[in-house]
Amino acid sequence: MKQHKWGLIILGLAIFAIGITFPFWYGKGKPAAPPELSLDTPAIAALTEKRCVEDTAFMRANHMKLLQAWRDESVREGLRHYTAKDGRVFEKSLTGSCIRCHENKEQFCDRCHNYVDASPSCFDCHVVPGEVKK
Amino acid sequence: MNLLISVITVSVIALLAMGIAMSQTLSCYILAGIVPYAVFVIFLAGFIYRIIRWGMAPVPFRIPTTCGQEKSLPWVKNNPVENPSGTWGVIGRMAGEIFLFRSLFRNAKMQLIDGRPVYGSAKWLWFFGLMFHASLLTIVLRHLRFFTEPVISCVSALSALDGFWEIGVPALYMSDLALLAGLAFLFLRRVTIPQVRYISLFTDYFALLLIAGVAATGLLMRHFFPVDLHEIKTLAMGWVTFAPVIPQGAGVVFYMHLCFVFILIAWFPFSKLMHMGGIFLSPTRNLVNNNRSQRHINPWNGPVKVHTYEEYEDEFRDKMKAAGLPVEKE
Repeated sequence: MKQHKWGLIILGLAIFAIGITFPFWYGKGKPAAPPELSLDTPAIAALTEKRCVEDTAFMRANHMKLLQAWRDESVREGLRHYTAKDGRVFEKSLTGSCIRCHENKEQFCDRCHNYVDASPSCFDCHVVPGEVKK
Repeated sequence: MNLLISVITVSVIALLAMGIAMSQTLSCYILAGIVPYAVFVIFLAGFIYRIIRWGMAPVPFRIPTTCGQEKSLPWVKNNPVENPSGTWGVIGRMAGEIFLFRSLFRNAKMQLIDGRPVYGSAKWLWFFGLMFHASLLTIVLRHLRFFTEPVISCVSALSALDGFWEIGVPALYMSDLALLAGLAFLFLRRVTIPQVRYISLFTDYFALLLIAGVAATGLLMRHFFPVDLHEIKTLAMGWVTFAPVIPQGAGVVFYMHLCFVFILIAWFPFSKLMHMGGIFLSPTRNLVNNNRSQRHINPWNGPVKVHTYEEYEDEFRDKMKAAGLPVEKE
């Protein structure tokens, strides 16, 4: 062991250095493009006022909590309608309300979720109409 | 006292981080744009320096702690791992030490019963220690999702497994709970057992409290004051591609998290946390026990001037004969 001591130490340090610099060489230093969300669907184009259930900042920060609350309230308590801050009433439905406009899941939902590696379980049960399972 | 000083130090760091986050100016830019690189360089260089310093420490003899029968005569059953007689035995022993904390599993508790010492097994330190380290590793690996684009699939799989129970939105990670449980045990052990408390130093408490600070701010960010993950990932990817983008609305908790993490990483090479690298260089674990089968000569023994009896007799033979003393050679 003694004779190979420095060989082993340098090998260990090399593995360590390669390991902790992993993020630097994994992406080959290429700048990663932040995801761009597409709102280009016929349903959104047909809207006069381009407003989601709530305003964009709220939806961006809270859509997951909103959907979770919708799920619990509609399934467990039978409350199937949501009144937004501005008084409009929506059906608490992923397929019926959200995906009616955002039918382009791959260009909308998935882009951010893949970027930050969030894996919501919505589509374990729900389907996107017209989507073909690959 | 040591505990008090470490609590104060960690609180000062927290306040400092809060101040930086509140000011939202140049200090934010420095914390998110320049400090990460400095911290990384200190960590890497300091780590290598410590390992090389340890490597240069002389170990002239074999000093393994033996916990089994040494290899000797063929009909004596030996234990090749607990008392390694070859390289493979050492590899097995080191693997047991690194992955399973073999030494801690040997932890015993002594009690005086009727004036006699009675030894019993005490596996709690082993259990919580292993849980703490495993969850820490899981958490570090999970954070790779911020540093890789596209995210490596095994990191996603690890996160999915970690959040297997899908409790709440976002899912509660098992490793976070395990980390908190481990931290709580290690901390309470130091505080409540008088003997351990007596030997606990500032660094012992500080390491635990600093990691607790990291964990607490991390959990706050995930479950109570959500941050914009999109911005965080853009910042992390900016570091990795040497073009940091300073986040606009990252929030106070994020900066506190960042501050704790940077101090932890920069302090790492100078602290007892270096056992991460040091465990590989423990001479009581990584040496083959061949003291009896091979002769080890201290390599820096200088030439010793000796005067043998033969030379002595040659020098004084005449005088010895004259005095009537017996001589070996005539």
